[in-house]
Amino acid sequence: MSLSSQLPALQIVVPMLTAPIVMLLRGGSLAWAAAATSSVMAFCIALALTLGVQELGVLSYAMGGWPAPFGIELRIDAFNALLLLVTTGASSVALLSGRVSLARDIPEGQQPLFYAAWMIALAGLSGIAATGDAFNVFVFMEISSLAGYILVAAGPDRRALPATIKYLIMGTIGATFYLIGVGLVYMMTGTLNFADMEARLADVTTQKPILVAAGFITVGLALKAAVFPLHMWLPNAYRFAPHIVTAFMAACTTKVALYVLLRFDFVVFQGNVSGHMAQYAGFLAPLAILGILVGSAVAVVEPHLKRLLAYSSVAQIGYILLGASFGDTAGLTAALVHMFNHALAKGGLFLVLAAFALQANGLRLADIAGLAQRMPLVSAAFLVLGASLVGIPGTAGFVSKWLLLSSAMQQGPLGIVAAVVVVLSSLAAVFYIWKIVERLYFGEPVANGGAESPASARGFEAPAMLLLGIWVVALANIYFGLFPGFAVGLSESAATALVSHLP
Amino acid sequence: MSSATAILLSLLLPLSGALLISMAGRWPNLRETITLVTAVSVALLVTSLIPEVMAGERPELLVATLFGDLQIAFTVEPLGMLFGALAATLWIVNSIYSIGYMRGNNEKKQTRFYVCFAIAIAAALGVAFAGNLLTLFLCYEILTLSTYPLVSHKGDRATVASARVYLGILLFTSIGLLLPAIIWTYLLAGTLTFMPDGLLSGHISGPAVGLLLALYVFGVGKAAVMPVHRWLPAAMVAPTPVSALLHAVAVVKAGVFTITKVIIYVFGVDNLFAEPSSGWLLYAAAFTIIAASVVALRQQNLKRMLAYSTIGQLSYVIMAAAVLTPLSEIGAAVHIVAHAFGKITLFFAAGAIYTAAKKTELGQLSGLGARMPWTATAFTIGALSMIGVPPTGGFVSKWFILAGAFQSDNYVAIFTVIASTALTAAYFLPVVFSMWFGREVPGGKEHGEAPWPAVLALMLTALATLGFFFFNQPVLELESQLVAHVS
Amino acid sequence: MEFLGLYNYWVFIALLMIGFYAVIAKPNLMKKLLGLSIFQAGVFLLYITMDKIDGGTAPIVQAGVADQVFSNPLPQVLILTAIVVGISTIALGLAVVVRIFEAYGTIEDDEIQQADRSE
Repeated sequence: MSLSSQLPALQIVVPMLTAPIVMLLRGGSLAWAAAATSSVMAFCIALALTLGVQELGVLSYAMGGWPAPFGIELRIDAFNALLLLVTTGASSVALLSGRVSLARDIPEGQQPLFYAAWMIALAGLSGIAATGDAFNVFVFMEISSLAGYILVAAGPDRRALPATIKYLIMGTIGATFYLIGVGLVYMMTGTLNFADMEARLADVTTQKPILVAAGFITVGLALKAAVFPLHMWLPNAYRFAPHIVTAFMAACTTKVALYVLLRFDFVVFQGNVSGHMAQYAGFLAPLAILGILVGSAVAVVEPHLKRLLAYSSVAQIGYILLGASFGDTAGLTAALVHMFNHALAKGGLFLVLAAFALQANGLRLADIAGLAQRMPLVSAAFLVLGASLVGIPGTAGFVSKWLLLSSAMQQGPLGIVAAVVVVLSSLAAVFYIWKIVERLYFGEPVANGGAESPASARGFEAPAMLLLGIWVVALANIYFGLFPGFAVGLSESAATALVSHLP
Repeated sequence: MSSATAILLSLLLPLSGALLISMAGRWPNLRETITLVTAVSVALLVTSLIPEVMAGERPELLVATLFGDLQIAFTVEPLGMLFGALAATLWIVNSIYSIGYMRGNNEKKQTRFYVCFAIAIAAALGVAFAGNLLTLFLCYEILTLSTYPLVSHKGDRATVASARVYLGILLFTSIGLLLPAIIWTYLLAGTLTFMPDGLLSGHISGPAVGLLLALYVFGVGKAAVMPVHRWLPAAMVAPTPVSALLHAVAVVKAGVFTITKVIIYVFGVDNLFAEPSSGWLLYAAAFTIIAASVVALRQQNLKRMLAYSTIGQLSYVIMAAAVLTPLSEIGAAVHIVAHAFGKITLFFAAGAIYTAAKKTELGQLSGLGARMPWTATAFTIGALSMIGVPPTGGFVSKWFILAGAFQSDNYVAIFTVIASTALTAAYFLPVVFSMWFGREVPGGKEHGEAPWPAVLALMLTALATLGFFFFNQPVLELESQLVAHVS
Repeated sequence: MEFLGLYNYWVFIALLMIGFYAVIAKPNLMKKLLGLSIFQAGVFLLYITMDKIDGGTAPIVQAGVADQVFSNPLPQVLILTAIVVGISTIALGLAVVVRIFEAYGTIEDDEIQQADRSE
């Protein structure tokens, strides 16, 4: 067996094995270097897998040589590849550019432990995205969540701790709900493999347990994905986590949970629960619309930048769900492209906030007033990324907004309502992004008391790596806005695959 | 050089110019040289396309294909050629004027000013040459965003508040109305590429036409059809060169240009003519013309009066396009040019007066003709062109609009033109009169003309206003191609 | 009685609800975590119950004994994993609670919120 056929396993194994090594290293710099290297390797593996998927369609890997459905199968199709790219990409960019910011937030002695937790989180997220086994998803989900709680709790403010407990409790309830659902499905089918589940579920005559399972799984994953109104854990977790952690998590954690949700609701339950698509859409589309409206509205009035962007994330999750709830290829494509594009925009924005935090006293709106004079390059990147979040043409955000709106407008009268909601929320995005930009460029600068960072002492507006990372992401937003073929192509084949399971 | 290269270069040159300007910020003379050299070369590039377009060819350039049939592509057709050439040539004059104005007033952040100006010109050219609605929308938004720093140039609280109105209205209308309109069009027709007989022809009928048209007309906030006109007076907080080129030519004309283009190339003139539900546009434009003139009548501030005059004149173009006859479509195109020359002259004069005398209110202008004869002469010519008195450019376009209205016996349009001419005369002539024959308010400061680059620029555009009355044949020939398909 | 014959499932639901109630209603973080633990224990019971077959034995093939009925071993293995996950979660939660006590001097949710608000 050549190494390339082992790539699906390596995707998980590389970060997971790096974790103990990182933990044993002395000193933050070494640990950081090891973690970043491993993350970049994982990203390269994800790229290779994506190329493989584009060529071959689906890559399957039998863990330990046990064939599916008895063994655990790693199964990479276009959807998984997209997700793996987002996850490993976000982790790599955040790690590479976050050294200075993290060193400020986390005591030197704890840094190896912190980076180890990061690696475990990455391994868990990649695991969810790669595996084809329902119980395996649970295990990886908890691995990534536990590591994620640690990452959030590493925030320098003591309020990070209550935020973590809230996140932990809600996350665990979500995971346990999922576990109950999987148990019920297993009871009825005797299998844990997604593909096998779908096949066997079709023969199950009693529908009730499956319905209950569908409910538990959908709600549990909605909790993990911060679908409105189960998003309460998200704003404070994002706010108090170290800034770089927020950038990483905002880009991928909720999206990974959404992936599992879509996998179950589109693939597994369709064969048995008649009219499941309608139930699912009827349940989630209103939540998506409410989430979009409420998230955007709160973001408009929220004065703390990280919470503002967190609420904007709640709205964006609504976009993804909304697109998916249309249940056709166009809608799903829009949803998946938006997963990708939103990760690009939001991850970049949180990186910008990390750069701001190095220079300002805090991240309230008032703290960044006039910062553009001192940080012209970072502020310019904020403009680009903000434009992408709003959906200004020429940026990645426009592409997904276009796809979402056009798929909504094909859905008849209710779709028009959805389109109006999306448009309204875009306008709200204009509003809250502009609120920041205006403060940034025209606000009266506040005295910079005591926030002297090593970077500003050198007269640099941000650490070089952070600046580079921010601009790489910003330019990627423009690139994927003008040449979206890659993301759209992957998403389209993933959407077609999902829709083909519908009756 | 192939025509595709010329298109690409004319879009890239201002952008690379912007880059160079930002690097040359420390040496003002070099910076201004770069601006002028860029402006001249862009104008040469753009005008080099004219012969081809005159000969009936449509130079094309494909930049990228997004997905499906969505492309970033440029096609030069007569209307865009006209608008592009106008914006590019006036940029030269305006750059000369800017140098005089910005230095004369010791403005801050001049580098940012020139950089954003160059980007805005690139975006305006992009709007002009756009080959489909998506490209047009892209450039339209870049134009909005790149002009924001120009409007908020002063940076104080009041300016930022005005600039917020500017950006807010333009972004909200474009994202809230124009984008859905474009997507709707795409879903109906499956393409967004402009077609001479209307890309929507055969795809839409009934009241939906009126609704879609409304989404377009109000979505293109830059056209300032009431009630989405508020941004234009708000934009007057900008330095005068910005008001002159952008808010008399590039930005506002991008708006009416877009609407004219939508009427001709998206809906198709004949299709709209056959569809009664689109009739409201004529009335909306007529209302805007009259209402804006009435508001202008009551303004005390010179630039605000000019802004309301612009709102009215913009709706002339829209009304002319909405009359939906061959001659009126030509009139719409010609009015884009004629009004541009006249209005940029007026703004140049207003800026020159501000630079030399620090006067901004109408009441302060009496007796100004003695101190600033050149400026006052130019202002008079501009004002006469707004009214439509021969021998100025404004007469030519009004002639065509009226002729078009008579073609279809459109009495609403005829009445509106007459009434608004009277109103325009009512608010411009007293100013001109007091400028020449009024007595100067005592206690003002001693002053002469503004710096020479500013005076040179405003004399050039005043001459152009006069010249357009006599030499308008090429424009007419070019634009008659527009209506070749119209019956 | 058919209805009570499935009493294992009733216990599962009861445990679930007790745990859930504690998580939601108790302001004390320790009690919340205990609730979470009970909540998860309910699910363990669900898995253990589903694999039990009447008269089933451990799945070990013995020579000479025919017609053996085995209980399904897979759910037990699964739930062993889930128990480990649960323990880790609770352990992590407790560690965070300890740090909360160090930082705030209390582990009552409402008092923590009050302290945050006054900040």
